Amino acid sequence: MATERPNQLFRNKSSKIAAIPMIVTALFVFVGGTIWTVVYSFTKSGLLPRLNWVGLDQYERLWATRKWLVAIENLVIYGICMLVLVFVIGFILAALIDQKIRFENTVRTIILYPYALSFVVTGLVWQWILNPEFGVESIVRAWGWESFSFDPLYNADIAIYGVLIAGLWQGSGLVMVLMLAGLRGIDQEVWKAARVDGIPTWKTYIFIVIPMMRPVFITTLVLVVTGIVKLYDLIVAQTGGGPGISTEVPAKYVYDMMFQANNLGQGFAASTMMLVTVALIVIPWAILEFGGSKNRG
Amino acid sequence: MSLTAKLLAATAFVAASSASATELEVMHWWTSGGEAAAVNEFAEAFNATGNTWVDAAIAGGDGARAVMVSRLTGGDPMGAFQFNHGRQAEELIEAGLLRDITDIAEAEGWKDIVNPSSLLDSCTVDGRIYCAPVNIHSWQWLWLSHKAYEDAGVAVPTNWAEFVSAASALEDAGKIPMAMGQQGWQQAGAFSVLIASLLPSEVYNSVYGDKDTDVAGGAEMATVFQAAADARKMATKSTVQNWNDATALVIKGEAGGQIMGDWAQGEMAVAEVSAGEDYSCLPGLGTNPRLSTGGDAFYFPVLDDEAQTAAQTELAKLMLAPETQVNFNLKKGSLPVRGDVDLATANDCMSKGLALLKAGALLPDVNQLITPDTNEQLKTLFTEFFADPTMTPEAAQEEFVKIIGSAD
Repeated sequence: MATERPNQLFRNKSSKIAAIPMIVTALFVFVGGTIWTVVYSFTKSGLLPRLNWVGLDQYERLWATRKWLVAIENLVIYGICMLVLVFVIGFILAALIDQKIRFENTVRTIILYPYALSFVVTGLVWQWILNPEFGVESIVRAWGWESFSFDPLYNADIAIYGVLIAGLWQGSGLVMVLMLAGLRGIDQEVWKAARVDGIPTWKTYIFIVIPMMRPVFITTLVLVVTGIVKLYDLIVAQTGGGPGISTEVPAKYVYDMMFQANNLGQGFAASTMMLVTVALIVIPWAILEFGGSKNRG
Repeated sequence: MSLTAKLLAATAFVAASSASATELEVMHWWTSGGEAAAVNEFAEAFNATGNTWVDAAIAGGDGARAVMVSRLTGGDPMGAFQFNHGRQAEELIEAGLLRDITDIAEAEGWKDIVNPSSLLDSCTVDGRIYCAPVNIHSWQWLWLSHKAYEDAGVAVPTNWAEFVSAASALEDAGKIPMAMGQQGWQQAGAFSVLIASLLPSEVYNSVYGDKDTDVAGGAEMATVFQAAADARKMATKSTVQNWNDATALVIKGEAGGQIMGDWAQGEMAVAEVSAGEDYSCLPGLGTNPRLSTGGDAFYFPVLDDEAQTAAQTELAKLMLAPETQVNFNLKKGSLPVRGDVDLATANDCMSKGLALLKAGALLPDVNQLITPDTNEQLKTLFTEFFADPTMTPEAAQEEFVKIIGSAD
């Protein structure tokens, strides 16, 4: 044993040396930055970071602020709807394209195209589409339905769903492409076997193909979830948090506090809470997902 | 922004034919028509001294301040930058990032010429002066469109009460009774105007100055929250975002009036409408003519380069020179910081402002009394209040008392 260990450590020496800068950067920037942020969230830092401790004051204020609570609620609504819908839409699109249709490349490009646009452009485009004076509402009214009303961005109760539409439009294409790659990775023999056994196509998808696509689903899940948590630019471009504070999100709260209110401490407290929330979701999942891998071999 | 900046920088190069020009990057958020015309007066005067004004304008004060602060704290200071007087720069001064310009101020005798003296006080920290005030802006104005009221067949209001009661006539004529951009600073600003104009000055001072929660939660303040609810009702159909878009509604006669600071005057000038004929202005909403004396000031970061530091000195002197003061403020619609210059060409509204300034009917500006943190909380509260008709004035007042109570 004792003689084997050094061999393990020094195996692939050159590649390990090559990785050192990245490891150092990751430790210094990510871990170091995270610890620094958490530490300063217990201070009364204003415009500039300063170490004057106030204990949990920033957190008490955070959880007593309506804007933060609204932001959390919005993130939950947006997150759940986005997660469910983007998977359903993405998978259905992928399954449809997988039927060996004509002009597959063209169709795939068109559906993936929105993903090439930044969130700022997406937000502005949908702001115009959903604007009652120029967008969908005025077009439908011009067709003769005078009483038609569709202005989600101007109704505080449903404004977050207006943002959701834009998010789905932008994100579905990526999910579709990933799913399509997964579907193409399924051995044709599986389909043949299922057909021989007389299993209907939809059942084959749900009970055989989807479980086989587990790795693709997990990759997609990680991409979609990180996209949800850092939701910021779409909000700024599309609604600016309005009407009122009805489409505020945590990332925007952090920005507002740090750069507009000149209150770094409060911003750090909010970003620490975001980190804790993500950790609460990711760590149990990571343990479940990767913890048992050694046993499985 | 970058294209505009480059173009402006290019024109600046042409204007400054002198070869030994020192470039000084000046950051500000004056981007609307009237504002850009005004800042160009500074640029031209500065270029005439043989230096080069490199214009770095960023639209929107909130975003601009964030960029400026991150450049300063990140160790990449610009030559000079605009801030509002008051508590915004406190920490930057404490951190030693800004240049002490007391010697310039003393050499130029700013103490004697700056009127009201509170403007210079706002630039002063521990007896040292850190900024050059360039203008006086007051919030307490109601701008009224004559066309809108003529179309509706009612007389142009002369005070807030008449303005409120004329609302239904305007609505029947298909007009928006009150224009208001849906941004927090405009809504919180309009609210502080209501306090200053509808109640005695003591209330304003004890709420924003002393942070007195008893007064903030009192019966007098409750009437202001009712007035804010009236304003909310009148502004329901005003869906614009930017203040100058709201002012445009007033200029075109689509909206009856707007509560906005005297910078709206600059937009009127660009649109070539004249005071008294096409529009009128009511300081203190016509009820209680009194102005708050906030405004803009330029701060000068500490620089290593000597030539640039000399250019900063040049710019600071120039900004308070009588001629630049007159040219700049006429375009900007604001009042000069010097009591001794003659604004012979001042129009009706500016004359009203000057008269109030002379009479000393003045209040400190909200920015001089509260921190950006408190300001941000108030902005959030009023954005919410004005967007959500189900939020009662009582609930808003309760929240307001909480914010004032936690302010420092």
